[in-house]
Amino acid sequence: MERPLTQHIRPGETLTITDYQKHGGYEGLKAALKMSPKEVQDTVKRAHLRGRGGAGFPTGLKWSFVPIGDDAPRPRYLIANGDEMEPGTFKDRLLVEGNPHQLIEGMIISAYAIQAEIGYVFLRWAYKKGEKIIQKALAEAYEAGLLGKNILGSGFDFDLYLHTSAGRYICGEETALLNSLEGKRANPRAKPPFPQTSGLFGKPTIVNNIETLCNVPHILRNGADWYKKISLSEDGGTKIFGVSGKVKKPGLWELPLGVTLKEVLEEYAGGMQDGLKFRGLLPGGASTDFLTEEHLDIKLDYAGVEKAGSRLGTGTMIVLDDKTCVVGMVLNLEHFFAQESCGWCTPCREGLPWSEKILARIENGQGKMQDLEILEGLTKTLGPGNTFCALAPGAMEPLQSALKYFREDFERHIKEQRCPRRS
Amino acid sequence: MVKITIDGNVYEVDPKDNLLQTILSLGLDLPYFCWHPALGSVGSCRQCAVKKYSGEDDQKGRIVMACMEPVVDGMRISVNDPEVKDFRANIIELLMTNHPHDCPVCDEGGECHLQDVTLMSGHNYRQFDFNKRTHNNQYLGPFINHEMNRCIQCYRCVRFYREYAGGRDFNVFSSRNRVFFGRYEDGVLENEFSGNLAEVCPTGVFTDKTYKQHFTRKWDLTTAPSICHNCSLGCNIIAGERYGTIRRIASRYNGKVNGYFICDRGRFGYEYVNSDQRIREPLRRGQASGRLEPVDRETVFNYFKKIFDKKPRLLGIGSPKASLESNHALQMLVGKENFFAGVSAVEHQLTLKAIQILKEGPAEVPSLRETEKADTVLILGEDVTNTAPMLALSLRQASRQKPMELPIKMNVPTWHEMAVLELMQDERSPFFVLTPTETKLDDIATAVYRNAPDNIARLAHAVAHYIDSAAPEVENLSEEETELVKQIAENLLSSKQPLIVSGTSCLNESLLEAAANITRALKKRQKSPWIFLTVPEANSVGLALLDEKDLNQAIEKALSDSYDALIILENDLYRRIEEDKANKLFDAFEHVIVLHYLHNSTTDKANLVVPVGPFSESDGTLVNNEGRAQRFYQVFYPGDSVKESWRWLGQIITGHGLNGRSELSKLDDFIEALVRDFPELKAVKDLAPNADFRIAGQKIPRQSHRYSGRTSMNANVNVSEPKPPEDEDSPMSFTMEGYQGMPPSPFISRFWYPGWNSVQAVNKFQIEVGGALRGGDPGLRVFEPQTDSDAPYYTRIPEAFKPQKDQWFAIPVFHIFGSDELSIYTPGVAELAPKPYLLLNQKDAESFSGEKVNVLLDGKQIELTVKTSSSFPSGMVGIPFGLPEMKIFKFPNWVKISG
Ligand SMILES: Cc1cc2nc3c(=O)[nH]c(=O)nc-3n(C[C@H](O)[C@H](O)[C@H](O)COP(=O)(O)O)c2cc1C
Ligand code: SF4
Ligand code: SF4
Ligand code: SF4
Ligand code: FES
Repeated sequence: MERPLTQHIRPGETLTITDYQKHGGYEGLKAALKMSPKEVQDTVKRAHLRGRGGAGFPTGLKWSFVPIGDDAPRPRYLIANGDEMEPGTFKDRLLVEGNPHQLIEGMIISAYAIQAEIGYVFLRWAYKKGEKIIQKALAEAYEAGLLGKNILGSGFDFDLYLHTSAGRYICGEETALLNSLEGKRANPRAKPPFPQTSGLFGKPTIVNNIETLCNVPHILRNGADWYKKISLSEDGGTKIFGVSGKVKKPGLWELPLGVTLKEVLEEYAGGMQDGLKFRGLLPGGASTDFLTEEHLDIKLDYAGVEKAGSRLGTGTMIVLDDKTCVVGMVLNLEHFFAQESCGWCTPCREGLPWSEKILARIENGQGKMQDLEILEGLTKTLGPGNTFCALAPGAMEPLQSALKYFREDFERHIKEQRCPRRS
Repeated sequence: MVKITIDGNVYEVDPKDNLLQTILSLGLDLPYFCWHPALGSVGSCRQCAVKKYSGEDDQKGRIVMACMEPVVDGMRISVNDPEVKDFRANIIELLMTNHPHDCPVCDEGGECHLQDVTLMSGHNYRQFDFNKRTHNNQYLGPFINHEMNRCIQCYRCVRFYREYAGGRDFNVFSSRNRVFFGRYEDGVLENEFSGNLAEVCPTGVFTDKTYKQHFTRKWDLTTAPSICHNCSLGCNIIAGERYGTIRRIASRYNGKVNGYFICDRGRFGYEYVNSDQRIREPLRRGQASGRLEPVDRETVFNYFKKIFDKKPRLLGIGSPKASLESNHALQMLVGKENFFAGVSAVEHQLTLKAIQILKEGPAEVPSLRETEKADTVLILGEDVTNTAPMLALSLRQASRQKPMELPIKMNVPTWHEMAVLELMQDERSPFFVLTPTETKLDDIATAVYRNAPDNIARLAHAVAHYIDSAAPEVENLSEEETELVKQIAENLLSSKQPLIVSGTSCLNESLLEAAANITRALKKRQKSPWIFLTVPEANSVGLALLDEKDLNQAIEKALSDSYDALIILENDLYRRIEEDKANKLFDAFEHVIVLHYLHNSTTDKANLVVPVGPFSESDGTLVNNEGRAQRFYQVFYPGDSVKESWRWLGQIITGHGLNGRSELSKLDDFIEALVRDFPELKAVKDLAPNADFRIAGQKIPRQSHRYSGRTSMNANVNVSEPKPPEDEDSPMSFTMEGYQGMPPSPFISRFWYPGWNSVQAVNKFQIEVGGALRGGDPGLRVFEPQTDSDAPYYTRIPEAFKPQKDQWFAIPVFHIFGSDELSIYTPGVAELAPKPYLLLNQKDAESFSGEKVNVLLDGKQIELTVKTSSSFPSGMVGIPFGLPEMKIFKFPNWVKISG
């Protein structure tokens, strides 16, 4: 089984530029620089690489919307989204801390493909270690002539900077990210216009997830066909899956897209801890719908998870066991989302705190049956398309599916006026 | 035009606007909060949701925000679909989770967009039963009250204040459901348009503090359409009264003039009307006491009778703050040759010059609102924020005109506020500010040039010469200046709609001539330039059209000829001319008769004071700086003593058989007489239907149909309800009776429509949202520029300014709060007015040791605190104009300083 992204990463260690080059690092870049930008885009398109930031948008297609003709606006920007504040998600951290040059190479190639001259790595505030690692790697890359003017004698110029976020979940939403990079409030923007045409400082911009970008060097080095082949699915390549919760071996594994949920849970995460039963999981971070027992056989790719009524999201799962209160779990999540609402649009700003207050009341044994109706109503009002950005609909996914799959838990809380799992 | 289907009905519409605006323009109702026609769409409140269907077969549709949807051909939407109606009700429910529901104690109650939208959305039962979030309120100065708990987070205030009006000291803070709109700390709002927050905010967060001090509900106000008298732009206002006091001024939409907004001087500078300095009865100087003593109306007429018995010669002095009708009535009384404009020679000459330039063309003269569409702006001499405030707001919009080309090119709709701003970044239209002092538009200027007025005129003449070498040449410009000349000229030449702004405040005729020359040169180069000139007062242009003779000439005449009486109309001559000159004039008369509404230094000299109504108690016509005649109407009936100046004068004329020609009792008679004597003012007659106009036999009520307390308001004085006063001057009544539908645009005294109690009802009064009022925006030009004229260039180039060794060149510095005679009566305006000072260049100031210096002005010594500026031209001093603590000096002038 191929693990291009992580095979050289060792826990607690960071690959230096020489280590990386020893393993074929920057070969992809060399290959790319021999192609035209359009050919690089086409290669990535043919590889069926889809964005790993959560929405799964085809990466090559996204790039193709950037105007790159002679009269196109300049400068163009490429941004690596490393905000990674989604609860339960820590895959980009591994990539940054373990192999920063893989990201840098991916960014140079991607920048070349869209003819961007300036790039930013937008990193989560709390990733202090990653911050230092990237800074060092950037210096190494500049030193080696891989960044700056006339990269590897190709005539292509690209400058790359690190920006650490001030620590808000919404900064991971790509348009809010752009606003915050500009020094404005981190409110999302209305699309259209898309960042591809009016992004950072109103110039054409691509925002890609860190994991997405880390795939790019391997595609360029080994070809689109190879990339498609290492997957078990229509979607190309491997994905870093993660499991947290009360399993035996929580962690991250790079696996082909299309592995089954059961395999990840049982073979890699080692199944539930002794004495605990599996009740369900959020497959792609906190903002995805619960899956349960009945879904264990699904294939983990974008279409597979969607068919089961959830989203692959970031591919990092949070497992719910039978001794943990689902109301408490959802309350915890809604508390997070309510805190992180940017405050721009009504449904999210007002609806999330309301849902949090109701959940707290239910959890504390003061709930009313009518509360469930209100919660259900909120999941609809805050649904996709109704809010300004995807934060609130994402926040409603665990709630709506919890109400669907674990309704008795809620009802027992209300009937017994206490949390049945607390003594 | 495209066809769209809304709930099964097909409409043909122009796709230029977003769907919400289109729906409202069609006369349909759709609730909204964050969208504002002047600000654009941001899609934050989610209130304007509609269903959009993707094709013929789409039954389900999806919810979209109408304000963010472009209108496209074949579009099919539903406003009334049950799911989307529910959604809109849910949004209200969510907003209400933190709203305090304190309508009974909220100043917005009864004219609250949140109340209206709540009702419109159908939401009424609230399920939220937790505590609400609360905020601390801030002290924001004397004008605006802050009650943050009522906020529904539509972000309109911050968008208006920062992006539209350019303010920096107000923002949105914090995040999630704690977002806070205010200043970073308590303090006076710095922006000159802050009062608009009260109208822009759809709730009771920002309300008018002056209104609060004598609050009454909107429906209990008696209101009339009026015109702001506080500068020359003539913004349209609605004035509201109860119990004989003016309670507030609100903006009255005029698609040509002020649009949706007015400035803070206009909104808050009304309190002189309620001042204890008001003159409410005739006064005669007692022979024994030497003081003014109340007398009855008959005494006034008898006083005149005694004078008239002698076949007197009367000298009349008019006023640039009084109406055409009043000035003309005085002119009729004293005879044209004995009537003088009540303004200094220099001011009057400049106003006449401005009129001449406007009339001669060939530049077009835009309306105030049209200036927003200029894509290159050159300001010569005028600190517009302080002399014609709303022009500053319009020019700020013009600074976005050129950069708007990029979004248009990229197919980003111009109403897509955030996307447009994103694309524009810091790009601004070419914008040049050439003034002696710093201005509040410097922040958007491509280049500023600080110099003496003569030097600005020289540079401007050089611009004209650069554009057309036939225009006179200017010698001895520095290299930098030559470079700037080139930059300005090239930008004007490459612009689609260049605008040259100047005015009279620098008291420099060359500036006006240079402005004219630039437009003439541009015309020679096949451009169609605009020119916009500001003048000192609300009716400066009207007065100048009535008479070319000024106050200085009046004094000469009074001293050389023998006159029996001096009649002064609504004017304090001590604010127009140096004290000793005014004294000389008064000394020449045995009889001084003053028609005024306030006690002042001039009434102190009067033998007879006739109580007249200020704008709130008078009808009349003003001509603004662009030559637009506009009518204002009496708001309330002040009792039997206070009358319009024209009415008093008319009665005196008629009483002495002086009119000979016609009846002079109602406003229409005076308009008739005016137009007969001044045929060029015939538009004045067409401004509005005359007093006989009726709709379905009815008058148009000044009071709303909900006006309360009518039978009991004065019951503590007299239980029998008095007969309401008649208005013989207009087709409006002083009562709630009359035609309840939409009146013709000149008679709109409130924006109200069934279901729309807030000012947002203005949508219903417009032909299309943001456009002209139904029936056309009121107001008519009395002159138009001759655009095909071949007016010659002005050829006099002033000498370059030379600083002198032992004297300083003094110019007036204007302040929005402080320089105007009447608005300063508002305590808040007085609070914000500067203390007297002397402005000096920083380097120049170093030659004086103390903080205070002695200035020798017009032979008088005054002590002033020094204020410095690094850019103020060396060799000059700036003296704040018109502060109540300071006398009026002759400007421009050379002065001596010591200290
Ligand atoms: C509330 C919110 C938070 C997000 N946070 C992240 C994040 O931390 N990292 C990320 O890559 N994408 C995040 N996204 C998704 C981004 O908006 C964007 O889709 C993604 O960066 C695109 O990259 P991709 O095409 O490579 O997936 C977030 C989206 C939302 C709505
Ligand atoms: S859904 Fe609305 S309030 Fe929530 S984060 Fe997005 S834009 Fe902000
Ligand atoms: S203060 Fe008023 S205008 Fe500002 S966001 Fe709140 S409700 Fe809107
Ligand atoms: S700009 Fe002038 S006319 Fe307009 S509101 Fe202000 S003071 Fe009045
Ligand atoms: S008015 Fe359309 S979202 Fe606010």
